[in-house]
Amino acid sequence: MTDKRKTDALIVHRPVFIDSSQLSIPTLRILKDDGTLYPDASLPDIDEALALKIYDTFLFIRALDERMLASQRQGRISFYMTETGEEAADIGSTAALTADDMIMAQYREQGALAFRGFSLDQFMNQIFSNELDLGKGRQMPIHYGSQALNYMTISSPLGTQIPQATGYAFALKTQNKPNCVICYFGEGAASEGDFHAALNMAGVFKVPVIFFCRNNGYAISTPAHEQFAGDGIASRGVGYGIKTLRVDGNDVLAVLKATQEARKMAVEQHEPVLIEAMTYRLGAHSSSDDPSGYRNKSEEETWRAKCPVLRFKLWLIAQGWWDEDKEEHHKQAHRTAIMGAMKKAEKIPAPTLEDLFSDVYDTPPWHLQEQYDALKAHIRKYPDAYPKTSWRLDHE
Amino acid sequence: MSKINLLQAINQALDSTLAQNDLAICFGEDVGHFGGVFRATSHLQEKYGKQRCFNTPLTEQGIIGFANGAAAQGMTAIAEIQFADYIFPAFDQIVNESAKFRYRSGNEFNVGSLTIRTPYGGGINGAHYHSQSPEAYFTHTPGLKIVVPRNPYQAKGLLLASIRDPNPIIFFEPKKLYRASVGEVPDEDYELPLGKGEVLREGTDITLVAWGAQVEAIEKAADMAAEQGISCELIDLRTLLPWDRDLLALSVKKTGRLIINHEAPKTSGFGAEIAAAIQEECFLYLESPIIRVTGLDTPFPLALEKEYMPDALKTFEAIKASMTF
Repeated sequence: MTDKRKTDALIVHRPVFIDSSQLSIPTLRILKDDGTLYPDASLPDIDEALALKIYDTFLFIRALDERMLASQRQGRISFYMTETGEEAADIGSTAALTADDMIMAQYREQGALAFRGFSLDQFMNQIFSNELDLGKGRQMPIHYGSQALNYMTISSPLGTQIPQATGYAFALKTQNKPNCVICYFGEGAASEGDFHAALNMAGVFKVPVIFFCRNNGYAISTPAHEQFAGDGIASRGVGYGIKTLRVDGNDVLAVLKATQEARKMAVEQHEPVLIEAMTYRLGAHSSSDDPSGYRNKSEEETWRAKCPVLRFKLWLIAQGWWDEDKEEHHKQAHRTAIMGAMKKAEKIPAPTLEDLFSDVYDTPPWHLQEQYDALKAHIRKYPDAYPKTSWRLDHE
Repeated sequence: MSKINLLQAINQALDSTLAQNDLAICFGEDVGHFGGVFRATSHLQEKYGKQRCFNTPLTEQGIIGFANGAAAQGMTAIAEIQFADYIFPAFDQIVNESAKFRYRSGNEFNVGSLTIRTPYGGGINGAHYHSQSPEAYFTHTPGLKIVVPRNPYQAKGLLLASIRDPNPIIFFEPKKLYRASVGEVPDEDYELPLGKGEVLREGTDITLVAWGAQVEAIEKAADMAAEQGISCELIDLRTLLPWDRDLLALSVKKTGRLIINHEAPKTSGFGAEIAAAIQEECFLYLESPIIRVTGLDTPFPLALEKEYMPDALKTFEAIKASMTF
């Protein structure tokens, strides 16, 4: 025992080296690939309405990702990231929370936000960085955020949200709020120092946070075996004194069950929890990446066969809650809605010049005001060079 | 009014914050029961409990990441970094996260209730890692405010204002003055305005500007100059971001000469920003080049600390050079 207040440590008299293989972490799986349940599996708390909400979010995100990736290829948007293959991980876990639990995500969790109710127009306004974007067009596409939906605004630096989740959860505990934070990150981000800081602090402070790692096998081109030598991310949780569970990330029922249990421990006992969801990034890392340079098609095909959406669909059909007609109808409805929303968002003007200067501080200090005035004067002089803002400078 | 030192003034500001604001928390390395390595948080855990004033694991990036999260939830987060020299592991959390939180979210979220307190500066045989003045790394970061007090009265008033300001703030405390600087401080709560400099002494021949512990150096230099009949106007900037350019420009327009004194290295120090801005503002009024009396472009040394420091004597020489230009 390393706690100096305890003196009953186990002593040996020959060197005994501990090896991570002695720590065997099982993977929770409830649903088989064919949509049937494992005989001894216990179902999560789920009814038809929840099941269909989850599944419809799957279909929406698949349609959105497909359409937006194509739009990026056409040059209509600057950047995009899909979450194909990982829908069960983020949507299934968010479905286990209450709407007022805070979500702190990395960037590949748009499904969680969609599940919370972020509207199609809101997605589009952010992606097209127009003046209706809640983020005022300041961040790259997919950096969503919504105070109303308790979804903390995404930022690009990896892992920074992990200790923030610990701090946020500490605040919830201090104020006796019956809520938790879920913090998503990839297995690559777990190599950042912030991961270590966050889990260690959460273990010490005993705060209501669920650390949810999407272990999808790759960080851009880097395969997981070049990321860590231990038993994934889950084995680390134990070292920090954090309750830990590994789950099949392509099995939405298992993810839901794991997160429901985790939430209970986090909220009722202030026990931080680490969940490692084993999944696979079926798409490219981003619209700026081509995975054919670092992995082979047969590996992708193996995982395409383990599709989380298909697996859940088969279960839904077996429940009598879904059929192919509904499937086709929903898919088509999403595609149509997305096309319509995209055309609408493209036509909405860019943010105003004022939006370039506001929110750096609560109110702009003198030097920002000076720079704003100087830029306005400059744009008035050369309006054709700055068409996004010049047309309405004098109407603001 | 009581006669207290700078540390006691900080402790009073924290005490009164915790007493008035249930959402306020103080945390950092050794901040809890022990009361901090400098004792700035003495007795706060006893009075307010372990949920309000507590130790963190030894991780600066963790402390500020945690602080960002707590502040984003609405807590008044007062984080301590044990020495400013050790703030760099948290540089990413401060520059990429704290500073940009409000802006990047379109004001959906903010960490305005965050204050980072950290002891800075030389004068205690601290060598490389217990002496640095890293303010210029942060004045280059939109979204932050940077505050540096020079005495107990300022320390209390500026810290209370910083804690209540709706923007993330780094509050640099001159550790050399923690016990050395003693002065009258009101017992009750008060605030000093952020973004405002202070004219300490009016003069007509030359303006001297400094902040924190270096104000002492320009005061002494001004005394030496006065014996030679040179009248110095002294300005304490107090806040470096956003800084009080108008106050300084007004002074330089009157005196026509400016000397900037800071302890941090010269190249890209905050003095460079002041010099450039005053040159833009006061070009037709300047009668001699603006002179920077600063630390050297070396790591902060141990044995030759006295040689390194931009002391009164070096400032006095600069005054004479400016006057005879």
